[in-house]
Amino acid sequence: MSSASERTFAQHAGPLLRVEDLRVHIPTSRGVVEAVDGVSFSINKGEIVGIVGESGCGKSMLALSIVRLVPSPGRIIAGHVAMAGRDLLSLSEREMRRVRGNDVGMIFQDPSASLNPVMRVGDQVSETVEAHHSLTALQAKQRSLDMLRAVRIPGPEVRYRDYPHQYSGGMRQRAMIAVGSVNHPRLLIADEPTTALDVTVQAQIMELLLAMNRATGTAIMLITHNIALVSHFCSRVLVMYAGRIVESGPTLEVFETPKHPYTDALLKAVPRIEEKSEGGLLPIEGRPPDLARKPRGCAFHPRCPQRKDICLVEEPPPFKIGPGRKARCWLAQETSPFEEDARLSS
Amino acid sequence: MHSSDRREQQHRKSARQRSLLEVKNLSMLFPARRRLGQARAWVRAVDGVTLSVISGETLAVVGESGCGKTTLGRAMVMLARPTAGEVSFDNIELTKLSLGALRAARRQLQMIFQDPYGSLDPRQRVEDIVGEPLLIRGVPRRARRERVAELLGLVGLGPDAAPRLPREFSGGQRQRVGIARALAAEPKLIVCDEPLSALDVSIQAQIVALLKDVQQRLVLTYVFISHDLAVVRQIADRVAVMYLGTVVELADAAVIFQAPRHPYTVALLSAVPKLATRSSTSQAPPLVQGDPPSPIDVPRGCRFHPRCWLRERLNNPEICVSAEPFLSGGDKHLSACHFATELVRHATLDFDASASLSAGDSR
Repeated sequence: MSSASERTFAQHAGPLLRVEDLRVHIPTSRGVVEAVDGVSFSINKGEIVGIVGESGCGKSMLALSIVRLVPSPGRIIAGHVAMAGRDLLSLSEREMRRVRGNDVGMIFQDPSASLNPVMRVGDQVSETVEAHHSLTALQAKQRSLDMLRAVRIPGPEVRYRDYPHQYSGGMRQRAMIAVGSVNHPRLLIADEPTTALDVTVQAQIMELLLAMNRATGTAIMLITHNIALVSHFCSRVLVMYAGRIVESGPTLEVFETPKHPYTDALLKAVPRIEEKSEGGLLPIEGRPPDLARKPRGCAFHPRCPQRKDICLVEEPPPFKIGPGRKARCWLAQETSPFEEDARLSS
Repeated sequence: MHSSDRREQQHRKSARQRSLLEVKNLSMLFPARRRLGQARAWVRAVDGVTLSVISGETLAVVGESGCGKTTLGRAMVMLARPTAGEVSFDNIELTKLSLGALRAARRQLQMIFQDPYGSLDPRQRVEDIVGEPLLIRGVPRRARRERVAELLGLVGLGPDAAPRLPREFSGGQRQRVGIARALAAEPKLIVCDEPLSALDVSIQAQIVALLKDVQQRLVLTYVFISHDLAVVRQIADRVAVMYLGTVVELADAAVIFQAPRHPYTVALLSAVPKLATRSSTSQAPPLVQGDPPSPIDVPRGCRFHPRCWLRERLNNPEICVSAEPFLSGGDKHLSACHFATELVRHATLDFDASASLSAGDSR
C-alpha cells in the first residue's frame, strides 16, 4: 500500500475524475478531425464505468487525452480534466509524469505493443515502482514480485526474469495489468483489455480487475465494444458516437431501455450467445461518419431509422431523461419526464 | 423471403446425404524448438481429426487459441500438407494428388482470412486482386472485367471500387474484397478463418448477412473457424469443438448450445459473458479459466483432464488419466468424454443455478 504522502493529490470530496467539454482535434490533409468533440462526464471513487462505441468513435482518444498522451499532431484544444479536484491540463509535463502510472494506471489492448520487448517483464514492473517511490532496488523487486503473484503469473520468481515473448498472450496481458496497477492507482484506464484474448482468459482478466477494484478501491474506466462485459462489470455506461457521448446512465437501464437510436442499433447488432436471432443480426446500415466532415445536425442522422426533420439541421443537446440518465436525441426530449429542465446547458 | 426460406430448407434436406469434404485421421505436427540436450519434440497442432463437411452447410470449428482450428482449416484446403491422414474433396483424395492436379482441384476450395489489412496486396488495385483467380484461369480481359464488376456487386461494393487500392477501404469493405476474391474462383467450399474478428460489431453483422446471402445464392459450403461463440451461434448449422488438436464434440449448433455433451464445451460456454438484465444481473463463475496446456506436452489420458471440472466433481476417476476417450455417441451428437452421460445431469444443474451466483465472486 502506498502512503498518502506518495500521492499527488490530497483527499477530495467530489468525483474522482471530472471531464468537462473536452475537445481533441487532429489536423489532417482532409481537414480537422474532431476526435473528441465536447465530452463531459465524471467517475466516482471506486466506480467502474464502461465506454462503448464503434472503432473511430473517439473512445480511445478520450482515454489518451485524460492522461495527456494524445499522439501528435492531435491536440487538446479545449475543456477541463480534473482528478480529485486538480486540473490535469494545467500541470507541467514533469508533474503529469508523476500522475501517470501512479494516480492513473493504463492498460491497453495489445500488450505486445505496450511492453518493452527487450526488457525483462519483472524489470518493467519494478521500473514503474521506482519511478514513483524512493525504494531500494530490492524493495521495488519485492513489490513487483508480489504484483506478479497477484496477477497470477505462475512461478513469479522465475518468470520475473523472462522477456515478454516468453509469455503467452494471456500472461502478457496480466503482466501489463501488473505494470498498470502496481502503484495502486486511483483510476485505471483499461482500453479493450480483453479484446485479443480467449473467453477463458478474458474471464480471468476481468476477475483480476474486479478483485483489484474491491481490494484497493481503484476506479476503472473500461473501454470496450463488448456490451455483455460492460453489463456485468460497469455500474454506469457511456455510449460514444462521432466524438460525443450520445447516451449515458446506469448500465442495465440503458441496455434494457435505450433512449438513443444508436444505442438501440448497437444492441441489436451484437450477436448473443443466449439465442439465435431468427431474423439474423441487424446491421447498422452505413458507416460511422468521417470525423473531419461530420454531417450537419445530429451526427447519427444519416444512419438513423427514426430521424425527423429537425435531426438534419440542429444537433440535439443532452436531454436529462431520468436519474443519472441523459441522451442526445430529439426523440428523448419527447419521452423525457423532466421536460422543464430537459434542456441542459452543455 | 418465404420461397427462399423454403428453397434453403429443401436444399439443406437434399444435401444432407452428401458429404463434400472428408477428413480422416488428420494430423499436423510441427517440430518444436529444441533446447540443448533435449530430445526432438513435436507441437501436435492437429492430432488425429476425423470429420466430414456436408454439402451446403456451415460447419463451425471453435476452441481457444492454439487448439489447432486454424491449422485444421489450412489443411482442409491443402494450404499445408498434413503430416498424416487423408483429406478428400468430392471423393477425390487430395492428399494423394500431384502438385499440378492439386492446384486444379484446389480452385474449388477457397479461404477468407482474419486480417483484412494483411491479406490483400496493398499495391494491387481491387480489380486485380479480385480478377487474379480469373487471370490464372485464362479468362480474357473483357470477360474478366465484367465478372469482377459482377462479383463486386455481389459483395455489396459498387463498380467504383474496382480501380481503387485496399488502403482506401475500411476493414469491413476490405473483408468484402477478400470475399469477392474467394468467390472469383467459383469455389464449392470456403474456409472462413476468423473473418469477423478484426471488425466492429455493426460491421460484423453486415458481413454475417453477406456470407449467408452468397451461401444461399451460390450454394456454398462453409467451414467457419472462430473463437467467438456468440457469432457461431448465429451462423453455424453444426459445430466442432476442438481442444489441444482434437475434436472433443461435434453436433448440430442448436443442440450444442443447449445440451452440450463435453465438459470442455460446457466450460467454454460458461466463460462467455451473457448480457445482464435487471432481473438476472449475475452469471456463475466460468468452469474453466486461463490457458490450456502446451500442445507439446499433451496430457495423458483425456487431454482435458487437468482442467476438467466434471472430473473433479466425480472424485477424479482413474479412467480420465489412463485412457484417451474417443469421439463417439449416437444421433449425430458425438462427444469424446468418458462421462458424457453423467454430464447431462451436472451441466443442466449448473446452467439452472447460474442465475443465483455472482459474476465476479472470486473463489
